[in-house]
Amino acid sequence: MSKKSFRQAINEALRQEMRRDPRVILMGEDVAGGAGAPGDDDAWGGVLGVTKGLVGEFGRERVLDTPLSESAYIGAAAGAAATGLRPVAELMFVDFMGVCFDQIFNQAAKFRYMFGGHAVTPLVIRMMYGAGFRAASQHSQCLYPIFTHIPGLKVVIPSSAYEAKGLLIQAIRDDDPVIFMENKVLYDQEEEVPDESYTIPFGEANLTREGSDVTIVGIGRMVQIANAAADALAKQGISCTVIDPRTTSPLDTGSILDSVEETGRLVIVDEASPRCNMATDISALVAQEAFGALRAPIRMVCPPHVPVPFAPNLEDLYVPDAARVEAAVRAVMQYAGKQGARA
Amino acid sequence: MQLNREDLLRAYRTMRLIRDFEERLHVEFATGEIPGFVHLYAGEEASAAGVCMHLGDKDHIASTHRGHGHCIAKGCDVSGMMNEIYGRKDGLCGGKGGSMHIADISKGMLGANGIVGGGPPLICGAALTAKVLKTGGVAIAFLGDGASNQGTTLESYNLASIWKLPAVFVVEDNGYAESTAASYAVAGSQSDRAKGFGMPSQVVDGFDFFAVHEAAGAAIERARAGEGPSLIHVQLSRYYGHFEGDGMTYRGPGEVDRLRADVDCLKRFRTKVTEAALLEASELDAIDRAVADQIDTSVRTAKSAPPPTEADLLTDVYVAY
Ligand SMILES: Cc1ncc(C[n+]2csc(CCOP(=O)(O)OP(=O)(O)O)c2C)c(N)n1
Ligand SMILES: [Mg+2]
Repeated sequence: MSKKSFRQAINEALRQEMRRDPRVILMGEDVAGGAGAPGDDDAWGGVLGVTKGLVGEFGRERVLDTPLSESAYIGAAAGAAATGLRPVAELMFVDFMGVCFDQIFNQAAKFRYMFGGHAVTPLVIRMMYGAGFRAASQHSQCLYPIFTHIPGLKVVIPSSAYEAKGLLIQAIRDDDPVIFMENKVLYDQEEEVPDESYTIPFGEANLTREGSDVTIVGIGRMVQIANAAADALAKQGISCTVIDPRTTSPLDTGSILDSVEETGRLVIVDEASPRCNMATDISALVAQEAFGALRAPIRMVCPPHVPVPFAPNLEDLYVPDAARVEAAVRAVMQYAGKQGARA
Repeated sequence: MQLNREDLLRAYRTMRLIRDFEERLHVEFATGEIPGFVHLYAGEEASAAGVCMHLGDKDHIASTHRGHGHCIAKGCDVSGMMNEIYGRKDGLCGGKGGSMHIADISKGMLGANGIVGGGPPLICGAALTAKVLKTGGVAIAFLGDGASNQGTTLESYNLASIWKLPAVFVVEDNGYAESTAASYAVAGSQSDRAKGFGMPSQVVDGFDFFAVHEAAGAAIERARAGEGPSLIHVQLSRYYGHFEGDGMTYRGPGEVDRLRADVDCLKRFRTKVTEAALLEASELDAIDRAVADQIDTSVRTAKSAPPPTEADLLTDVYVAY
């Protein structure tokens, strides 16, 4: 056990799985860096240095820098997965899914079912997501609801370094295509992470806080925002459960429903655009399955339905923060309902 | 197109403006005051200037993430650009776009672009508009060696060819896509690719304004005459990293110093026009001073300009919630 950053945790997961299984390969733009160039080999290790050092240990046969051709290499990763390799492809920013989405959702996602169960597609596609980097509209989106919408894809959104390592190793060992989403604001955050290899199963939520008044579900980095809000609220006498679903597909519906049965109040914090996102999806689930337990309307804390703005002051307004979560929790606590209106 | 004195002065001024804009951003970025990603065009000025000299407001260009040079050459307001890069309300995009998305539709500038390969299809569309509405306009896609490998680019070559669109694809080959060398990532050659799609192409020394200007002139004339698209492979180099903050360890020792010393497009322009007695050195010096002042003013203005207001978060898009 030692302190490791989110970035190091991911790097370590990749390294350990590549040591364990020679079929695991990496590919993506500049995942090593310096291909064909006169200077250093391993010049980049990915744009934010996450795969640094891996080409040194595993060589360019297994760490492949690709041309700027996402359709071709993401598709190649899918084809390689269907034929015996276990590729981890890096798309860099999730926003680039636009140029290669067919290979993900019509090809990789559907092989197993469409071929009558005769194919496996052990593919992981890593990418960064999220606002807060001043990277503007085409480099800041969340987009995981779009992947979550596609049957056949698994979607993993780690909320911390510990989570990232265990979930990535699980993803690499999984036989289905897995979308692995890394919030770019987290890369430098450190926490205790075991040195040895470990897995975290998909579809099992983690309760990061336990309380009796309100259930807060957070997605990815929003788990941290939810924790911060819960800690502040605890000092004011409001006790919250915070749920990190870890994977949006499969989704641990049981943990969410159980908690709402106990608290009767639900706040969902989702950084994705507010239409058809995880907050609306979980709201529908709870409205359908736990309506009788609800003591207040469900509240969703999401950005407004606009592209991510560049100007720092606007971007800061855009991303949900702990203050907004606290306000939503207070609102559901104060909800008086019909009885309140009558009294 | 014959270049007269005014043209030469304008060409030099454009290149100097781009150079100073970028050199200054390099300095200012290091102070931490500029948010986000900034990709500098310094070293590549002759390409934007040489191509855009042939264009007017009815002509369209699509740019890349490395877009400041194209913006300046197409006539975007320098102060508006600087404000945008600082995330100010008076920026060309109201502070909502930033360096990677500067655009000015009124100038025929369809935007820098955060998606590599995003521009060439758009340029097919702009060329289609020109063709259908008979505006006489042409549309130019600037794209990098990296972008030349993107499916959208190759599809655009085909579309522009079969529709005989008034389009020109300017491949600015600076040898790298991020840290990956074009010698590794680009199969075949840019001109063979053009040939494969039935397009004429030219390979051009991108440090030589006059060579770019001449090649672009021919391609644009052909497009305006309704003879279809063509490709220009401009060979050049960037002086700074892929983005500000890139340590450039993938480049050879002394690579950039040698470029600056030996092939710099501004130095070569100056030597050529003064030796041929087309312009006086003093005229060029005067431009240097005026441009330095202009950049200085634009930075000072941008630093103290107000950011967008909170209400701006919800404008320019329909908002349901
Ligand atoms: C679709 C897409 N893939 C990847 C990127 C990340 N990216 C931004 S610029 C760049 C390299 C572009 O190289 P090139 O086209 O040669 O232009 P240059 O930077 O050399 O001007 C990459 C990989 C992106 N922005 N969009
Ligand atoms: Mg390049």
